[in-house]
Amino acid sequence: MNGIDIKFLEDSFKKYYFNHFDLITSPQRTSEREFGYQKFNSGMFRHISLKDNKELHLLFIQNIPSDVYCSNAYYAFPNSPMSEKDWKEADLIFDIDAKDLNLPCRKNHTISICNECNEVSKDTGQCIKCNSTKLEKKSLPCKNCIDASKIEVNKLSNVLINDLGIDKENIHVYFSGNEGFHVYVYDSQFQQIGSKERSELVDYIMFRGAIPETFGMKKFKPNRSLFPDFNQKGWNGRFSKYVFGSKSKRSKIISELLDNGYPSFQKTLDDVSENIGVKIDPNVTMDIHRIFRLPGSINSKSGLTKILCTDLTKFDPYADACFLNDEPVEVLANCPIEFKLKNKKFGPYDNEKISLPTYAAVYMICKKLATIA
Amino acid sequence: MLVLGQDEKAKYPFLADAGEYLKDKGFSLVQFGSDPVLKLSVEKALHRIKVASAGGIYKSDIDKDGQASKDYVLEREVFSFLLAIVLIKLTGMSTLIKRFALAEARRAEIYLEKDLGNASNKSKIDLATRIIYDLFNIEITKENDFFVIPVSDYLKHSVTFHEREWKLINRHVENGKVFLTPDKTVRLIRKELGNYISSKIINAPKPSMIPGLENIVDELISISKKLTPTYTITTGEYPPCIKHAIDVLEKGENLPHSGRFMLATFLLSKGQTVPQIVPLFKNAPDYNPRVTLYQLNHLAGTSGSATKYSCPSCEKLKTQDLCFITKECDNIINPLQFGKKRT
Ligand code: SF4
Ligand SMILES: [Zn+2]
Ligand SMILES: [Zn+2]
Repeated sequence: MNGIDIKFLEDSFKKYYFNHFDLITSPQRTSEREFGYQKFNSGMFRHISLKDNKELHLLFIQNIPSDVYCSNAYYAFPNSPMSEKDWKEADLIFDIDAKDLNLPCRKNHTISICNECNEVSKDTGQCIKCNSTKLEKKSLPCKNCIDASKIEVNKLSNVLINDLGIDKENIHVYFSGNEGFHVYVYDSQFQQIGSKERSELVDYIMFRGAIPETFGMKKFKPNRSLFPDFNQKGWNGRFSKYVFGSKSKRSKIISELLDNGYPSFQKTLDDVSENIGVKIDPNVTMDIHRIFRLPGSINSKSGLTKILCTDLTKFDPYADACFLNDEPVEVLANCPIEFKLKNKKFGPYDNEKISLPTYAAVYMICKKLATIA
Repeated sequence: MLVLGQDEKAKYPFLADAGEYLKDKGFSLVQFGSDPVLKLSVEKALHRIKVASAGGIYKSDIDKDGQASKDYVLEREVFSFLLAIVLIKLTGMSTLIKRFALAEARRAEIYLEKDLGNASNKSKIDLATRIIYDLFNIEITKENDFFVIPVSDYLKHSVTFHEREWKLINRHVENGKVFLTPDKTVRLIRKELGNYISSKIINAPKPSMIPGLENIVDELISISKKLTPTYTITTGEYPPCIKHAIDVLEKGENLPHSGRFMLATFLLSKGQTVPQIVPLFKNAPDYNPRVTLYQLNHLAGTSGSATKYSCPSCEKLKTQDLCFITKECDNIINPLQFGKKRT
């Protein structure tokens, strides 16, 4: 990114920070957290400890960071090197990202930027100009992607509340600032469990590693009375809804399952996992030393804010998480696909000089689809 | 701490305070070296250690409810346990501690399971859940026929198990709790129970030699020395799948039949004999020497069937969840090729 673009982004971010300290509040037990930040075109600064909101705001003002992060873990010595931090516990965190959902709409709103010749084109496997395969993919706003991610968030909440006994009030859903959601679970029985245990929770939530016996199928002397039923709690109930569909079909489908036999039941389970397992990123939840984008900070991949969603159903990230101003800026834009921000349509632009509101200019520059003219 | 009845002390002797128990009964350790009546307890203690070191579980003279015809039978149960610890301390052999603790944990498991499953006797259930709470800080409550424990506690203990059955997804989970049957509940804490007993032995003060018991201690030392070599079986350069299987067995966890098959055929192909392999299976939860011997002989082709079975391919093992490939495996197609330079 060139110096002029960086200057513009920093100015825009700075204005946002000044006007929205109300959105940037330090997490509970601030002094036990590790913070980190990045500046445009520079590496990561980690192992920072802060006392309170005031110190946090100072970090923003002094550094004008492109991204700010905070650990979900609590440490005795957050600013020591990792091995000496003395890990105490960590909030449970889940990452749901539209790019992991394999949705058919992806190709319609993905742009390829060639690393060799900078050619911008609709999603391809190869640069249309120089045939290079070194392409950077950028995804533009898509309602379908957000809606699908919301469905996963709701599936996750359901398992967290009903199966894992977590209080609804302790589940906080944040828009990630790009194309997904971060789900935080506070004060649960899982605060102190380690990485291996979290990985087991992940498998449970994703419906991975199930054996036929758990869902009623036995290798020897199978018995139809062992199959799950609709009124059962947990995965047995969800399994019933998905596999049997309706009460009237249950009996017939059990007969089919029994006819197909034990080995093919594993395929049924794979299918269940694929369709009703919750699609979370396993690595994120397992990692107990990670730092996560700080709520209220801007995501430099998009210029959108990571923000708490109080009403997920109504939440529209491309309007509700877009806090930058409307001041017009001249940019050179190159974006073959139309997109919407703050309910306004933009593009397509074919290497043209145009005037855009700041929020749209920032969005495009962050996505490498425009530069200041 | 728990207040235990005589029968409960017989079932769970590791909960009794050794010094106090002897004092209560009006005995001192030295008397066990000479008093002919107390000698019976010494013999029992020796027997208890011998059975444990051979990989078995000592069979008590009490029934499954901890009852016995005479009070002194109960007393002798506790004495023999306490004395066994004294004897083991006197030998100073850590192999004996390991084996004895494991065997005693298994023995206690039988009673815990029985107590938990005792639907008609609430005080028995309470005792078992109290023991589990006091020792391992796991809160167990009863719901209908099941024992429920917090998911986080379940995970802390179950993550070390290798069988898929123990994955959380294969348990009934509701409202932050896991539902378990009595046997699974007890199985969950097996390792901790073993650790608890062995730490109790390790932390017990080493007594000075009791006159009259020298021969018994010598006998135990020589038994222990003969045991040690079976553990060196793992030192060769074995592939990860085999190391893992041995590991599972040594921890006393269950290795599926396919895993036992792989391990046995592998070791047989490496030129080990059936008697050399048998001890490996001794810690298995369902160990039965006769069956194991029969199965191994069968695989080795020394019994009835003429076929000699060979070790399954890596591909096959992958489908059975037995493969733990590392880069040392280097594209081999059968574990037997592991570590051999190929041209
Ligand atoms: S690749 Fe073969 S030898 Fe290596 S762990 Fe897997 S099964 Fe064993
Ligand atoms: Zn190109
Ligand atoms: Zn989409």
